Amino acid sequence: MGVAGLIFDGLLALALAWLAWQSTRAVDLFHAVVSFIVFGLLMALAWVRLEAPDIALAEAAIGAGATGALLLSALDRLATHDARRRLLYEPATAWGFWIPAGGALLGGLTLAAWKLPAPGLGHEVLAALKGSGVDHPVTAVLLNFRALDTLLEIGVLLLAAVTIWSLGRAPSPVAAMPSPALPALGRLLFPVFVLVAAYLLWRGSHAPGGAFPAGAVLGAGAILMRLAGARSWIRSSERGPWRWILSLGLAMMLAAAVTGPLSGQAFFEYPPGTAGPMILLLEVAAGLSIALLLFALYLRGEPRDDGPWPDGQRGDGQREGVR
Amino acid sequence: MTVYLSLAGVLFLIGLHGFFTAGSLLRRLLALNVLTTAVFLLFVVMARLAEPLDPVPHAIVLTGIVVTVSNTAVALALVVRIAGRVRAHPDDAGSGSRGDAG
Repeated sequence: MGVAGLIFDGLLALALAWLAWQSTRAVDLFHAVVSFIVFGLLMALAWVRLEAPDIALAEAAIGAGATGALLLSALDRLATHDARRRLLYEPATAWGFWIPAGGALLGGLTLAAWKLPAPGLGHEVLAALKGSGVDHPVTAVLLNFRALDTLLEIGVLLLAAVTIWSLGRAPSPVAAMPSPALPALGRLLFPVFVLVAAYLLWRGSHAPGGAFPAGAVLGAGAILMRLAGARSWIRSSERGPWRWILSLGLAMMLAAAVTGPLSGQAFFEYPPGTAGPMILLLEVAAGLSIALLLFALYLRGEPRDDGPWPDGQRGDGQREGVR
Repeated sequence: MTVYLSLAGVLFLIGLHGFFTAGSLLRRLLALNVLTTAVFLLFVVMARLAEPLDPVPHAIVLTGIVVTVSNTAVALALVVRIAGRVRAHPDDAGSGSRGDAG
């Protein structure tokens, strides 16, 4: 690598800093949001440079993809002139405070970070990897050594979906269909999304991948189908199977957590010899839940019954009158 | 690695500045996301400096990314509701603080 690598890192860092600045300071809010999405994508490149491919996958799929979709659809709801005018950037005047304070803070932080000891747990993780049931250290940490984190994380995601749904009904889709190519493309691409998600899930046991990128890819596929005018599988009129799938990840993780204490072992200790299958099972459950939960977040409200949409009228144009 | 450590510091500062000075809630949310990324970057640089590569911060950052997107989604839903309420009652909007508008 050497000099070329250093130049690449430098340029990447400059671009990231500029995009971060743009995403907080750009006058136009749309500009800011797009800057933030590009920032997430370039961040994925930085994660690869820092030898964190798992995080790169998650950042690209969740950080840039899912967050980007959420931001853009929120922006769409705020897009009336009246609301947008108030969102214009108003310059802060206190530069006399921010420049010295920021400089001191930046210097102090960088120095402190530079002096921080980094002992790391790499040796310990590698030593325990043999009995963890998987070959990939990050998956072993996520679903075996520190499975409690993953349990709570899925809990947070479920709680977020419940919070958003409790705020009220989902807005009816109002966006006009931009092009007839989108539904066709969505139908064509959705099987590919499913295939990639399944591959990432399976890959997690021995290489970067796993439930989170897989769930994010599947959720993104569902959002694309939704944008292409497909009827949402999640509807209010049915107590459908989706309710179970939303909570499947959390339920399975909880079951795995308490199986240990009930059978005389430690909390979250898998029965001897079953760690591999257990982790695979948990990953499938968590992946499905994450996909559906990300989609549920995107709905921005308790799902409403779309009613029967006749074929050819999926452009949502007629929904506006109903609203 | 110095490059990425400095970048973490710069991003932290940009995020912090945006978070405190932004005029609208949506910008504040974007700044908060930048701030989170700075913290993740510090974690991953620390993991990279350890010998051998430390997978524990990687797992924690993965968890953090999902928590961040949950946080962002809830905040966005609230921002949209607030903006809708302001739009529905324009008389209240003028007297409210500028952050109210979303």
